[in-house]
Amino acid sequence: MSAAAASAPAVPGTGARLTPWLLMTPVLLVLCCSFIAPLLWLVRMALNQSDNGAIIPAVSLQTFQSLASDPYYLGLLGRTLELAATSTILATIMAYPVALTLLRMQSRWRTVLAVLAASPLLVSVVVRSYGWMVTLGDTGFVNSVLLWLGLVQHPVRMVNNYSGVVVGLTESIMPYIFLTVMAGLGRLDSRLDEAAMSLGAPPAKVFWRVTLPLSAPAIITGLTIGFVLSVSSFITPELLGGGRVFVMATEVYDMALVSLDWPTAAALSFVMLIVFFVALLVAGRLTRRLA
Amino acid sequence: MQKLLPKLGRIYVVAVFAFIFLPLVLVLLISFSTDDYLNFPPHGWGLRYYYAVLGNASFMSGLRTSAIIAVIVMLLSLAFGLPAAWALTRVEFRGREFLRSFVLAPLVLPTIVLGLGILMVFTRLGLTATYPGLVLAHLVMTLPFAVRILQTTLGNLGIEVEHAAMTLGARPFQAFRYITLPRLVPGLIAAGAISAILSFDEVVLSLFIVGPRLTTLPVAIYRYVNERTDPMVAVLAVLLICVSLGIVLIVERSVGFARAFGR
Repeated sequence: MSAAAASAPAVPGTGARLTPWLLMTPVLLVLCCSFIAPLLWLVRMALNQSDNGAIIPAVSLQTFQSLASDPYYLGLLGRTLELAATSTILATIMAYPVALTLLRMQSRWRTVLAVLAASPLLVSVVVRSYGWMVTLGDTGFVNSVLLWLGLVQHPVRMVNNYSGVVVGLTESIMPYIFLTVMAGLGRLDSRLDEAAMSLGAPPAKVFWRVTLPLSAPAIITGLTIGFVLSVSSFITPELLGGGRVFVMATEVYDMALVSLDWPTAAALSFVMLIVFFVALLVAGRLTRRLA
Repeated sequence: MQKLLPKLGRIYVVAVFAFIFLPLVLVLLISFSTDDYLNFPPHGWGLRYYYAVLGNASFMSGLRTSAIIAVIVMLLSLAFGLPAAWALTRVEFRGREFLRSFVLAPLVLPTIVLGLGILMVFTRLGLTATYPGLVLAHLVMTLPFAVRILQTTLGNLGIEVEHAAMTLGARPFQAFRYITLPRLVPGLIAAGAISAILSFDEVVLSLFIVGPRLTTLPVAIYRYVNERTDPMVAVLAVLLICVSLGIVLIVERSVGFARAFGR
C-alpha cells in the first residue's frame, strides 16, 4: 500500500485527507440507504418470529428451524437447485461452442456476432418471458407448426409448467455465460491447438485433450455465474411457470407481499445467500484444483 | 472430417442464435396481430394493439413514470459516480481498495433479496411508491456500473495532461473542468446510457416498492402478462426494445462502443 503510494503520487493539491471521502459521500449515502440498511434489516427480521403473519420481536433462530423442519421448504430448495442446475448446464452447452467458434473466426463478423449473442441482456426479462409464451404457448408458433405438420393432434404444453421455466432460464442466463466464457477463452493460446494438430492429433482429440481442459476454468466461472443467477431469478419462474412452479425467489416475494410474513421471507433470503456462497466456494475449490 | 467439423460448428452457432432471437422476432410479428388472444399465425394484421397501448392509461402513466425515473437516475448516477470514480482513481488514501470493492458489492446480492430488504427499510421511511424511493432503489443498481465505467475511462486517460495543465498554473479544479472533463465525454455517455437502460428496464426491485399510486412501465407489463396473454404486450415489448436499441445507437453513433468502454 505505502509502496504504491510512493510510486504513484497523488494529484498535487489534493493532499487533504478528507477530500476523497467528501467526493465519495453521495455514493456512500446511497449505498447506506439502499444496500447496507436493507441488509442489516434483513438480518434483524430473520431473527424475529412470526405468528401467522404477525411479527413477534425476538432474537431467535426459530424461523430458520421451522423452515428446516417443513418438508414444503425442503422441496422448494430441492426444486430451485434442480432447476438452476439444469438450465445452467443447458445454457453452458449452448454458449461454450458458440464462444469457441466465434473466437476461432477470422472474419470481421466476429465482433458483430459476439455483440448479438450478448444483446439479449438489453432486453427486459419480462419481454423475453413473454416472447417464450408467444413461441411455446398452446396457440403459439411451435405448436402451430407441429399441428400443421401433423406431428401432434393436440397442442403440446410447453409453458406454464416446469419445462417452460427451464427454457426461459436457459435463455436468460446464456448471454452471461457466453460473455464469461468468451472473456476466459480470450486468453487461450490457439498455438497450443496448432501444436497438437501438427503432432498428428485428430481434431476431436485436440478438443478433448487440449482445448477443453484449458478452457475448464472459464467454463467453471460461467457455470457459477449462471447457477447463482438462476437460483435467485424471480420473473422467469413466475411468468413461465404459470403460477404452478414454486421456487425460493417466488416464495420470498409471496411471503413479503402476499402473506406479509416478513421473518420467513427474510430467513428464506438468507438460505438463498447461503446457497450463493456455497456455490462460490465450490467453484473456487474446483478452479484451484484444475489450475 | 477436417471440413465437416467447422461446418457442424457453424450450424450449431446458427441454431443457438435462432434459439435466442426466435422469440423476439415472433414478438415483433405478433405485435401486428388483430386477434383477441395470442394466436400464431394471427388471423388478421393491423395496428389495433398499437392504438390500444396509446389509449391505455395505466401503460401510458407507467411509461411517463419510468421515463422520468430513468432520466433522474441517469443524471444522479453521473453526478454521484464521477466524483467517486475520480477519488478512486486519482487520490491515494487509506481504504481505497476497500471502497473500490464496496461500490461493486450490490451487484453480488440477488435483486430479490435486495428488493426485500429495501421494501422493509423504505416502508419504515415512508419511501415506498414515491419517486425518491424508486430513484434510490434504482441507483443502487446503476451506481456500480457508472462508477466502474468512469473509473476505467479516468484510468485510461492517464494523468500527464492534467499534470501539464497544473504545471502551467491551472488550479486542480480548473484542470479537471477544462482538461479532464471534455476527454471524459465518451465515458460519461456510456455510463449514462447504461444507467438509463438499467433503470428503465428494472423490474424486480421496483415490484417490491411500487404501489397503486405510482407504478413503472416494466411493472405494469409484468402485472398484465401475469394475468393474461394477448398481443397488447407485444407492442409494449417492441417499444421497450426500441428504447434500449435507441440508447445503444446513440452511444454507438456518438462515441462508439470500443471507445466508450476504453478498450
